[in-house]
Amino acid sequence: MPEMIEIRWHGRGGQGTVTAAKVLADACLSGGRYVQAFPEYGPERAGAPLRAYNRVSDHELRLYCPVVNPGIVSIVDATIMDAMDVTEGALDDAIFVVNSTKDPADIRKALKAKNTQKVFTVDATSIAISEIGRPLPNSPMLGAVVKVTDLVTLSHLIEEVRKSFGKKFAEKIISGNLKAVERGYKEVREG
Amino acid sequence: MGKVVAVTGNEAVANALRQADPDVCSLYPITPQTDIVQRFSSFVANGQVQTELLNAESEHSAMSAAIGAAAGGGRVITATSSQGLALMWEMLHIASGMNLPIIMPLVNRALSAPLNIHGDHSDGMGARDTGWIQLWSENAQEAYDNTIMSFRIGEHTDIRLPIMVCMDGFIVSHSIARMEYLEDDEVKKFIGPYQKVNPLLDLEHPKSFGPLILTDLYHEYKRLQHEIMGRVKNVVLQVSDEFGKLSGRKYGLFESYRLEDAEIALVILNSAAGTSKDVVDELRDKGIKAGLLKPRLFRPFPYVEVGQALKHLKAVCVMDRADSFGGYGPMFMEISSAMYQADGEGRKPKLINKIYGLGGRDYMPHDARKVLLELNEIAKGAPVGAVKEYIGVRE
Repeated sequence: MPEMIEIRWHGRGGQGTVTAAKVLADACLSGGRYVQAFPEYGPERAGAPLRAYNRVSDHELRLYCPVVNPGIVSIVDATIMDAMDVTEGALDDAIFVVNSTKDPADIRKALKAKNTQKVFTVDATSIAISEIGRPLPNSPMLGAVVKVTDLVTLSHLIEEVRKSFGKKFAEKIISGNLKAVERGYKEVREG
Repeated sequence: MGKVVAVTGNEAVANALRQADPDVCSLYPITPQTDIVQRFSSFVANGQVQTELLNAESEHSAMSAAIGAAAGGGRVITATSSQGLALMWEMLHIASGMNLPIIMPLVNRALSAPLNIHGDHSDGMGARDTGWIQLWSENAQEAYDNTIMSFRIGEHTDIRLPIMVCMDGFIVSHSIARMEYLEDDEVKKFIGPYQKVNPLLDLEHPKSFGPLILTDLYHEYKRLQHEIMGRVKNVVLQVSDEFGKLSGRKYGLFESYRLEDAEIALVILNSAAGTSKDVVDELRDKGIKAGLLKPRLFRPFPYVEVGQALKHLKAVCVMDRADSFGGYGPMFMEISSAMYQADGEGRKPKLINKIYGLGGRDYMPHDARKVLLELNEIAKGAPVGAVKEYIGVRE
């Protein structure tokens, strides 16, 4: 694993993208690592494209600026790919994780990903609808990102999601989200 | 040993205030306020602190209430940002003129017009001459630590002054990063009980605050404020030293980063100093002797110490995230003054001033790199172009 991992999240307001970045930061604190999680603040509107970022490092993080060369790009809403170039600045060995029903090979083509870059898909919205009852793809996306990056174990992530959601939500919503995380982890596919 | 967490700068500062458990918190609860006071209000509602919370109808009123409560004899906090601080301006002078040690986190954000909510130092720099102590913070950890220390500094009986603890809006205030909390009882013990000085609510000993003083003694009163400010530096060093023993984290009047054997350096506040340090390391690896000075105590400004720390350099760029339109950037003016007075053998560094990051414009590693490489040329003898220049401008 490189010394510092930088992640860029692309989502739309209301999909829980910022929460996903926060939970990931919490989960990565283990083992004495340094973490950052921050959104790009603009007018906060449901449905508007937004970006959020993570940095994870074994060393103290002193950079206080957006991630411009992500090693991991997590696309929580694939319709954003039509509106902007989500591959911009991505490293040559970047990993893309896309919420899509499509075959990963088709998404690879749509992204025009380099041969050295990896592309994964997961049908996070369908998982969310069946497990949580609402199209909130952040939990399955978290599971998928953790699976392809190996940043933390699945059990550790699940523990963190329980802690984070436990403060705000009823048990039924929490258990649905935990299931969604697990399915995202298991159902992500490479193309 | 404290607890390692991943929290926003606002959450970190709110917890420092919770651990201090002040008597009174007066606040204006609406934008441009931050969630520091929202979180603190929850602590009050949940009974985690004994603080009396006063919701005011404006920041001017919030500061007025803070002044009343502090004069009454209470340990008092408030918090603000941007236009909120601007609206307090009149009352800021009254708080310092009455020697009331009010503690106020300030989330640094831009001033209107045009309307902007992002990170910028114009608010804090505008309060430069209000008689408040100012501590500036690079990240959530420093904002938390400075907030805890601010109680000991402001309330010190040698000075008794209000104090602002500054951190960058959004870049630090709303971003999650790793930091470490001290234990509640450690903080409580470090801050200690509040020492009342001339409380108005001591009815046996009536007294008067802020009376009319005309040409007979006003001048002397102001000289006294000047003298009291002169004592702040030692209090800051003493409290920081004690805090270092408790936390293991060392603080001085400013941070010197790879400065001792440097030939060129940036002077830069807050979060942008962090980003710049990574670039200093990168240039050092290429054999360029770069360094950095990050001011912490901005008021009172430690001119002599800063002058000493910078005088051996060949070229220095002072970076300002605020402008004095028609003048140089506010930090540049301080550094110029410090360098003019610095003793030495006559050779002083060339000084330039860059204005960066206004209204939350990102300050990126390539910005720091560009400025440091320009300094490197100046150090080798290249002529200085414009003394003051905006960088990162979209043309």
